[in-house]
Amino acid sequence: MADDTDNRHEARVPTVIADELHIVYRVNGGSGGRGSATAALNRILRRDKGASRGMREVHAVRGVSFTAYRGEAIGLIGTNGSGKSTLLRAIAGLLPAESGRVYTNGQPSLLGVNAALMNDLTGERNVMLGGLAMGMSREQIRDRYQGIVDFSGINEKGDFITLPMRTYSSGMAARLRFSIAAAKDHDVLMIDEALATGDRPFQIRSEERIRELRKEAGTVFLVSHSSKSIRDTCDRVLWLEKGELLMDGPTDEVIKAYEKETGK
Amino acid sequence: MSPPPSSDAGLSPAELAAKHGLTVSGARPGLAEYVRQLWGRRHFILAFSQAKLTAQYSQAKLGQLWQVVTPLLNALVYFLIFGLIIGANRGMGTEIYVPFLVTGIFVFTFTQTSVMSGVRSISGNLGLVRALHFPRASLPISFSLQQLQQLLFSMVVLIAIVMAFGSYPSLSWLLVIPALALQFVFNTGLAMIMARLGAKTPDLAQLMPFIMRTWLYASGVMFSIPLMLKDKPAWIADLLLYNPAAVYMDLIRFALIDGYGSEYLPQHVWATALAWAIIFGVGGFVYFWKAEERYGRG
Repeated sequence: MADDTDNRHEARVPTVIADELHIVYRVNGGSGGRGSATAALNRILRRDKGASRGMREVHAVRGVSFTAYRGEAIGLIGTNGSGKSTLLRAIAGLLPAESGRVYTNGQPSLLGVNAALMNDLTGERNVMLGGLAMGMSREQIRDRYQGIVDFSGINEKGDFITLPMRTYSSGMAARLRFSIAAAKDHDVLMIDEALATGDRPFQIRSEERIRELRKEAGTVFLVSHSSKSIRDTCDRVLWLEKGELLMDGPTDEVIKAYEKETGK
Repeated sequence: MSPPPSSDAGLSPAELAAKHGLTVSGARPGLAEYVRQLWGRRHFILAFSQAKLTAQYSQAKLGQLWQVVTPLLNALVYFLIFGLIIGANRGMGTEIYVPFLVTGIFVFTFTQTSVMSGVRSISGNLGLVRALHFPRASLPISFSLQQLQQLLFSMVVLIAIVMAFGSYPSLSWLLVIPALALQFVFNTGLAMIMARLGAKTPDLAQLMPFIMRTWLYASGVMFSIPLMLKDKPAWIADLLLYNPAAVYMDLIRFALIDGYGSEYLPQHVWATALAWAIIFGVGGFVYFWKAEERYGRG
């Protein structure tokens, strides 16, 4: 690691250690388009193990190792499908590792709560549900409720928070989701792209909120395709390609190499 | 990539982690710790089940009225077929048979829907499992709790029907509470077992309706097992009578219906009900917990 040559070593406390991490997804029914019933039956009868039984394996992360320290903001770059989001989920302990390990200090959390929300419920109930799903207590949510609603700006055009979320425009729904997700403080925070939701005033508010979260969190991981937002927030960058760690170093070096490689 | 810096240099990642007190991410907590985490999520579990319940009918014009109308229509269909057409009452008077049938249907449906939603509780919520951290048992428990709340709506209908056929509130009605509590524990345990199986093999969701229907007919929902199997060897009737679904159904019938006395119940029925609840409740929970760190791999 190129940035480990200075004299701050003694003070550096690791917060996340990835040790030869491999992640494999298993996908049912993805095998070569032979989706017919007879083909499926055939596969079951032949009984070959594993991959050929209608099960395909996707090796998404291949042997990644790195150590992240307290106070670092680490960017993850790489082309689509290079394993960035998968790596984040594995760090958060949400995806089981095929082999290798991730050690963490405290509970890393992904910034995102979409999956817990329900479109048929009102914005109000979703704030409660999303907060509880992230592990906040009822009192914490009640305290922050007004803050969340104000931040999302949902009520700027009338009393929308008491309407079901399915009646929101896509921008409004995205704003509410971000506001709920950003309401909690985290030890190790991971942010997966898609910060650029909502209109211009909301984007400015969210960038500010991300900076605040960074200050409170020990370590921040940011996945983004925008070199600018990575340069703005990160001091170290990991470059993933096809699930392998191609480069790990200071932001400028890695981004230059990445841009040269991808021909930008 | 080589492991980093000076004083830590030369340490393997595992040693470095141990030195700074880092723990393996996504490792399965001990059983006691798991229970503690789950208890900490009780508000989420409750809120999630209520949200699912509300979301279910939120697009319908009649809204939450369907909570009551759906079980009523169900009861009507079964009464038409089994009560009027097939005549499965076998010597039971109408004033007993109708509440007998409706109670059976509602109580069995409680188990049935808990199992069905249990099978899909992990495999159908992979997005949630892959995005947020919480003890995964929250999901099957939450779904069973949703079914319990659904059942309470059905109980309103049930009580109206029972009273319309001449059984009036008495002290024995209170027995419904422990019976339902035991059944809920049993259902939740079974749902957790099915959740683990369904997470590994989503195909189970296709198979379950057939298994559940077989169980439905074998549990004497529409007929009294002893009356129906009079001429068959006694052990068959015993086997069916002591199956958990039949035990919980009979307890609730016994509690609510005046003409359905203890002569219809198998021996040691409360002990059996308790045993099923403990075996499945505890066993299912431990079985589910054993695979905690593996849920989420799709």
